[in-house]
Amino acid sequence: MNTLAEPPSQQFHSDANRSSTDAPRRAAVRRALSNYQTARNRTGATFTDWKSARASAATIKHEALNHLDRYLEEFEQKFTARGGQVYWASDSKQARDYILELAKKNNVRAIVKSKAMTGEEIHLNQALLAEGYGVVESDLGEYIQQLKGEPPYHFVFPCMHLRRDEISDLFHRELGTAKTDNPEELTMIARRVLRRAYVEADMGISGGNFIVADTGMISITENEGNARLTVGLPKIHVALIGIEKVVPRLADLALFLPMLATAGTGQHMTGYNSMYGGPRQTGEIDGPEEFHVVFLDNHRTRLLADPEQRDALHCIRCGACLNVCPIFKNIGGHSYGTTYQGPIGSVITPHFRGLEDWKHLSGASSLCGACTETCPVGIDIHHHLLHNRRNAAAQKPAKGEQLLWKAFSFLMKRPSLYRFAMKFAPLGGLLHPLVQGTPMDPVAGWTGSRDFPAAPLGSFRERFRAHNAAKQSAAHTGGAR
Amino acid sequence: MISHQGDREAILGRVKEALREPAPLKHPAERSAGGEPTTAHFREWLPPVGAAIEERLDLFRKLSETLRSELIACASVREAAAEIASLASAGGWKTLALHQGELVDALLPLLPASLTILPLQSGYDKDQLEACDAGLTECDLLVAQTGSVCVTSKNSGGRVLSVLPPHHIVIARTGQLVTDLTEAYQSLAAKYRDGYPSMISFITGPSRTGDIERILVLGAHGPKRLTILLLP
Ligand code: SF4
Repeated sequence: MNTLAEPPSQQFHSDANRSSTDAPRRAAVRRALSNYQTARNRTGATFTDWKSARASAATIKHEALNHLDRYLEEFEQKFTARGGQVYWASDSKQARDYILELAKKNNVRAIVKSKAMTGEEIHLNQALLAEGYGVVESDLGEYIQQLKGEPPYHFVFPCMHLRRDEISDLFHRELGTAKTDNPEELTMIARRVLRRAYVEADMGISGGNFIVADTGMISITENEGNARLTVGLPKIHVALIGIEKVVPRLADLALFLPMLATAGTGQHMTGYNSMYGGPRQTGEIDGPEEFHVVFLDNHRTRLLADPEQRDALHCIRCGACLNVCPIFKNIGGHSYGTTYQGPIGSVITPHFRGLEDWKHLSGASSLCGACTETCPVGIDIHHHLLHNRRNAAAQKPAKGEQLLWKAFSFLMKRPSLYRFAMKFAPLGGLLHPLVQGTPMDPVAGWTGSRDFPAAPLGSFRERFRAHNAAKQSAAHTGGAR
Repeated sequence: MISHQGDREAILGRVKEALREPAPLKHPAERSAGGEPTTAHFREWLPPVGAAIEERLDLFRKLSETLRSELIACASVREAAAEIASLASAGGWKTLALHQGELVDALLPLLPASLTILPLQSGYDKDQLEACDAGLTECDLLVAQTGSVCVTSKNSGGRVLSVLPPHHIVIARTGQLVTDLTEAYQSLAAKYRDGYPSMISFITGPSRTGDIERILVLGAHGPKRLTILLLP
């Protein structure tokens, strides 16, 4: 995990090194993802034309993002007309302060929370706990991670890296329940604990998957029903949501809900897709008295200002790009040290938190393009990683590397000098054992986990010439017979 | 004290400034004229449903099975009441919470006398509702394409009657079955021209989770069982 003492790139490298050699963990992650892949392929195949659906989703998000001011205002007008309140937060602190203020003003004692990555982004739980408010995460995966004191491993599957026996041990330790290796029994333990939390909470905090402009609604997608309860029972509802989550029309969800489900979990439709347009209305028997939507900027406008990469804000956080990413599968979610893991996290984090500190994530890719291929809203994810590399290099040129390339091109342009230099390669091989394993080893990055190949005595060109000469003389002899 | 709207003007200002240069549209949707997004074609790309009511019903039945919703066709309200009675005795129910409407009103006099009825017409006690064995509601629509039941806070007993009790029973008419989500939204827009209820929810199967090793478990927080009683 990222600590203040350690720069993000160093934390990334040491965590990635450690987790990529953790074979049992990697096997657990692979198993979880293979179930996902089967389901996704099956559901994806039922679409008449996934490609056109994707192009349409991209077009709608393009429209929404490129007229974002208009749609946010439209939402606000519709939403406040029905008694909702909108608060605009420039950064994490402003959002946290507002929510704390709300809790204080309303004498809130207990808070129940449904999954919200924006909450992770602004470290909301820590702030609430520090002020003495009890906060319970109600999504099963988030609840497990909260008990474990760990951030989510994956922004859709928070505890996908844990095995059932680890969860059983955790429950046993934290809740005093009997050990079991049955996922159903484990789920029922959490169910019992959490049902009390909904009934007792006086504030419910949620995220939101879509901001619907034309009807002034927030749409929430979930499988468990925990968000339905979080938003239904407490007397105050706060939805913390990034400003980029807009769709222009309610009817657009007819496309986005099935696509989010298919790409996210391989379902036709996620268990509960709910649209909330305001607090309890006249004539309704329940629902919160107050409904606050907190719009979070937190540097999203910085990414918006880059037309080349603006489409990275189209992301509907389905998690598909993580699920197919060979790097994610090997280094795991925590190595990234970010709120948003995987390919899309590597694209947006440098914009949100600074290119200099987070540019190393642009290298956390094999550029295989699996992320771009799978993305339901057509974001050119791996190209954006290249854009970030280019921008980082322009911002702060890598002097040593530039020098190396200059020397290389100098050699390449002078064949005789190049041939002469190549003669020294075997010599390097002979000398290498003297420094191998020491800080002076020039190829330490390679030799840490593998052998450095010995340089052959003759170059390819020399051998090619010798081989040809032999063949020609053989042909010559053959012809003479 | 915090200002009521926060940094509204500053954020909108930054957004406007950021958008001065337009972004290229990289994946133009083939069939949407002039870059204007349209909902007219969703249907051509999403999973097909079929036009006839029989095809729609078949798909809804098939999806219900995969989703582990229990779909029971009932010839009459009397038959539906008998189904509820047998569920109640099999499950050992004591209390049934419900929200009245045309269909539920017709059912009410036919329900077993041994059941305590908790009507949610004007509010409820949270603990009392939490302790109920089942919740009975009507719905606004059924969606063939996704196997979903659409409930609203207006017609299904507020926000939580359909998720808090461990067993949710929906009573619906076949005529409420629409083709797909596009049709569902059209029909909701027409029905609530004068104002939407504060919650619209598409329920697709009983509550579920795959958070532990991506293995499916039903009844994570909401109902473990979802029964749909379908009248002609
Ligand atoms: S970038 Fe695309 S694939 Fe990745 S989470 Fe976002 S929408 Fe899903």
